[in-house]
Amino acid sequence: MQNIVERLLSGDRRALARMVTLIENEVPQAQRYLAELHQYAGKAHIVGVTGAPGAGKSTLVTQLVRELRRRDCKIGVIAVDPTSPFTGGAILGDRIRMMELAGDPNVFIRSMASRGSLGGLSSSTRDVVRAMDAAGYDPIIIETVGTGQAEVEVMRAAQTVLVVSAPGMGDEIQAIKAGILEIADIFVVSKMDKPGADQTVAELAMLLSLDPNRRKTAWRIPIIKTSALKGLGIDELADAIQKHRTYLTTSGMWQQRALRQSRSEVEALIVHTVMQALRRTISEDEWNMLIEQITMRERDPYTVAQELLKRIGLS
Amino acid sequence: MADRPIRVLVAKPGLDGHDRGAKVLARALRDAGMEVIYTGIRQTPEMIVEAAIQEDVDAILLSILSGAHMAIFPRIMELLKENNVDDVLVAAGGILPDEDIPAIKAMGIKGCFGPGTPTDEIIQFVRENIHPDRLKVEA
Repeated sequence: MQNIVERLLSGDRRALARMVTLIENEVPQAQRYLAELHQYAGKAHIVGVTGAPGAGKSTLVTQLVRELRRRDCKIGVIAVDPTSPFTGGAILGDRIRMMELAGDPNVFIRSMASRGSLGGLSSSTRDVVRAMDAAGYDPIIIETVGTGQAEVEVMRAAQTVLVVSAPGMGDEIQAIKAGILEIADIFVVSKMDKPGADQTVAELAMLLSLDPNRRKTAWRIPIIKTSALKGLGIDELADAIQKHRTYLTTSGMWQQRALRQSRSEVEALIVHTVMQALRRTISEDEWNMLIEQITMRERDPYTVAQELLKRIGLS
Repeated sequence: MADRPIRVLVAKPGLDGHDRGAKVLARALRDAGMEVIYTGIRQTPEMIVEAAIQEDVDAILLSILSGAHMAIFPRIMELLKENNVDDVLVAAGGILPDEDIPAIKAMGIKGCFGPGTPTDEIIQFVRENIHPDRLKVEA
């Protein structure tokens, strides 16, 4: 049997599926495989889709994928849903709306549970993107957990970020706050068939006109109106995404974002490795004892952190 | 890899639109710490098998009430075989007449659960019947 990396590179869907499992479960070989795959990745356009729960992300992704299939793309979709903080279980339901895409071998959909990560993605999402990228999927669409205002992790994983809003989900003050609205490269107002949709569009347009940074870049953030019910706006959205890709490559932003992503990735890996080293060195009981002491105010977290780092040879 | 969450596909093949049972089960599996991919109703065998492959699940649980199981189940098992998927546990629930159960089991479907089965029983069945290869740390 060929090894899993070769099978993945030759387009074997089962090899990719198994690779994703190995990555998610952080088995020791996964890093070695990913290190091999790194050189083959970096070609795909990674599109993040974020927005509040119920904004219509899954439906939008489904329609977008259908449109991109018409344009002959081979598409990867990663749909992240929340893990229960109490049981560790999860219901991954994005496939319900993506039903019509099932059975197309040029669309690879993978549902991921957030597994405790709070930024709207799971901690291994970026590695899964790398595997799909190396397997030749382009674009790769990441649908985040339904987000609130501060889950901006998708910005560090995607080159183009779509922020989806639906009518009637908040007044204009919501739009002035910092957070997910700031990371949009493209705004989508979904459910245009619903009342109040035009007002949502107007509020976003106002927000954009207030943004002083907007004049500094050549990219004009578009507001795309869509309606899944009436099948409106998807064509335009697909065009906008492709236009943004062209903008990124011609302006040098593609490279700049790639650099930023590599940096945050290697930093995250270091933090992760340090945490793993700590877990190996310090027993569960000792952890619990230290944490209790800190909570009881017998010790302080700063000194404890310094001491622990010393024990694994750092600081 | 022993402490990783078990991944389960809950699928409703065929044309009946009643998925309360499937949803109750999905929720119970979630509460048991599993990652449950629920596909919704009216799935074809092709859709179910493709989803099972892409999601790399440990188990497929089929819920069917329409009476078409003797037509649909063989097709699903055949497609799994065609795709060399031999390490995934398959079980079924819903309206499955007693006289069909030996034939269903002979297809390679390991468990059959009728209406009123306690969800704990299904959870335990899934935990105990995952293919041992899938729990090994290997590629």
